[in-house]
Amino acid sequence: MKILVPVKRVVDYNVKVRVKSDHSGVELAGVKMSINPFDEIAVEEAVRLREAGTATEVVAVSCGTAASQETLRAALAMGADRAILVETDVELQPLAVARLLQAVAGREQPQLVICGKQAIDDDANQTGQMLAALMGWPQATFASKLVIGTGTASVTREVDGGLETVELKLPALVTADLRLNEPRYATLPNIMKAKKKPLDVLPAAELGVDVAPRLRHVRHAEPAARKGGVKVADVAELVNKLRNEAKVI
Amino acid sequence: MKTLVIAEHDNGRLATASLNAVTAAVRFGGTVDVLVAGHACDAAVAQARAVAGVARVLKVDAAHYAEPLAENLAVLVQRVATEGGYRAVLAGASSFGKNLAPRVAALLDVAAVSDVVGISAPGRYERPIYAGNVMVTVESDQVLDVLTVRSTAFDAAGSGGSAAVEEIAAGPDLALSRVVGRELSKSERPELGTAAVVVSGGRGLGSGENYHRVLDPLADTLGAALGASRAAVDAGFVPNDYQVGQTGKIVAPGLYVAVGISGAIQHLAGMKDSKVIVAINKDPDAPIFQIADYGLVADLFEAVPALTSSVAAT
Ligand SMILES: Cc1cc2nc3c(=O)[nH]c(=O)nc-3n(C[C@H](O)[C@H](O)[C@H](O)COP(=O)(O)OP(=O)(O)OC[C@H]3O[C@@H](n4cnc5c(N)ncnc54)[C@H](O)[C@@H]3O)c2cc1C
Ligand SMILES: Nc1ncnc2c1ncn2[C@@H]1O[C@H](COP(=O)(O)O)[C@@H](O)[C@H]1O
Repeated sequence: MKILVPVKRVVDYNVKVRVKSDHSGVELAGVKMSINPFDEIAVEEAVRLREAGTATEVVAVSCGTAASQETLRAALAMGADRAILVETDVELQPLAVARLLQAVAGREQPQLVICGKQAIDDDANQTGQMLAALMGWPQATFASKLVIGTGTASVTREVDGGLETVELKLPALVTADLRLNEPRYATLPNIMKAKKKPLDVLPAAELGVDVAPRLRHVRHAEPAARKGGVKVADVAELVNKLRNEAKVI
Repeated sequence: MKTLVIAEHDNGRLATASLNAVTAAVRFGGTVDVLVAGHACDAAVAQARAVAGVARVLKVDAAHYAEPLAENLAVLVQRVATEGGYRAVLAGASSFGKNLAPRVAALLDVAAVSDVVGISAPGRYERPIYAGNVMVTVESDQVLDVLTVRSTAFDAAGSGGSAAVEEIAAGPDLALSRVVGRELSKSERPELGTAAVVVSGGRGLGSGENYHRVLDPLADTLGAALGASRAAVDAGFVPNDYQVGQTGKIVAPGLYVAVGISGAIQHLAGMKDSKVIVAINKDPDAPIFQIADYGLVADLFEAVPALTSSVAAT
């Protein structure tokens, strides 16, 4: 079984982003970039399936600029076997990514695609579901457990009320939630090895897919800041304030 | 102009997120239809038609909608949205809506807009990105937009309506997936997403036993829902559906009490629109204090029981 893992290059989760002064976007110059944390979890899951002998090959795919090669190398260092960069300078929105991934999946014929549940920059939480729709595949989003059977995948999902387990016919799409696993750290030897693993660059234009943005992001702004509050000395003062000032108890 | 709200329900009860979605749909200025697809779902249909502001309830009753599986529902919604000439399809930004809406959008070949918190005009929406650190205004020229809307940004629609009910034909059963198990957390407490008061615990509680021993009495006294940070959930103190944050539940209660939570941006993303925030933490430099209206630097194991008895005493 071949597994495809789409990975996105995003602003590192520790960075507090700033809006550009002309409101046209977010300041990305000199900002630390990383592999999307949920995609790290997806890679880990795929690599574990290969280590267990359930999967035969793990292919990491990223859509974006040449800089995403760095993200793919991170996936390779975690244990992915090879990588594909679908290269474009166009701003990609989830539907465009899903279409590009559909084209890659058409060539690669994986039995399973594991996406992250959401990219922590656009917070869209869309691409996996869109790809599943385009492929006509079943989907299990927000996975916290994945078990491969014969021709099926059993997936436990984190839903609003608790947990739900679904059985999907393969080929299928799964999106990884936080508690699916704890990703390993890439070791130095594995980082070195990753440099020699195959990384193919595929110009997006060759895939004949419409990637034009459908939505315009016309203005970016910082949300209204909360007014700083006060520190109270003790429980008695807290209760007094809650009762007489805030009037919430 | 017409908009379509996809009802979230368990055949018996309509989820509150759908009431918030109706309010968002009303902002489009046209008529609002609600699609209830289920099996033996008369009770949910009856509730939907009583929601104020709803013009029609489209009812689809078939065995393969007994569970809200995205594969079958998306194909149905695609057909209903296209044939009905809707300007927008909306669902709550719940795990149900997030699972379904993008799949619908892709079948319709349109972009989806997630976690909408503002609708200034049809085709002009506000939503948070980067864990709520940036608000972006999104414009669309699409003939049809697919949206998930945040419950915290739109009031729940009231009752007193009497919409017409129209039964429509089911779509195909694709039989691609099935539900084989469910482990729902049961609680007598208010629902986390809609509670007026939320008491939330973090890694500082140290264990699940401590979590409940310290926080349950306070939540009982305040009539509060219980929430948690990711660290508390990851450590197994409480189930996953307690998680508040960028990738958990979004809450905006009148009072949010954060106990033993440091205040990482991913946590703040889920609760910073609460009206009044109280933080109890022994570290005076914990970032949670920067957004707390009332901060108490103290050991939670002493402060919380004292707070509970003080509130209970009056
Ligand atoms: C992709 C991604 C998504 C994430 N999504 C979320 C999310 O949705 N929600 C979320 O919450 N987090 C999320 N996180 C995790 C987030 O970054 C933090 O790691 C997490 O919120 C920390 O939880 P905490 O505050 O409970 O733990 P800590 O940061 O460890 O804080 C514990 C606090 O308890 C205090 N404390 C300890 N003992 C006591 C005591 N006796 N009395 C009083 N105070 C005490 C300490 O001073 C400390 O401030 C996400 C992270 C990533 C990378
Ligand atoms: N540019 C991209 N390249 C590869 N995978 C992506 C890209 N954008 C999104 N994805 C995948 O889709 C998931 C969800 O992203 P999003 O829908 O943007 O929140 C991510 O976790 C990735 O697995």
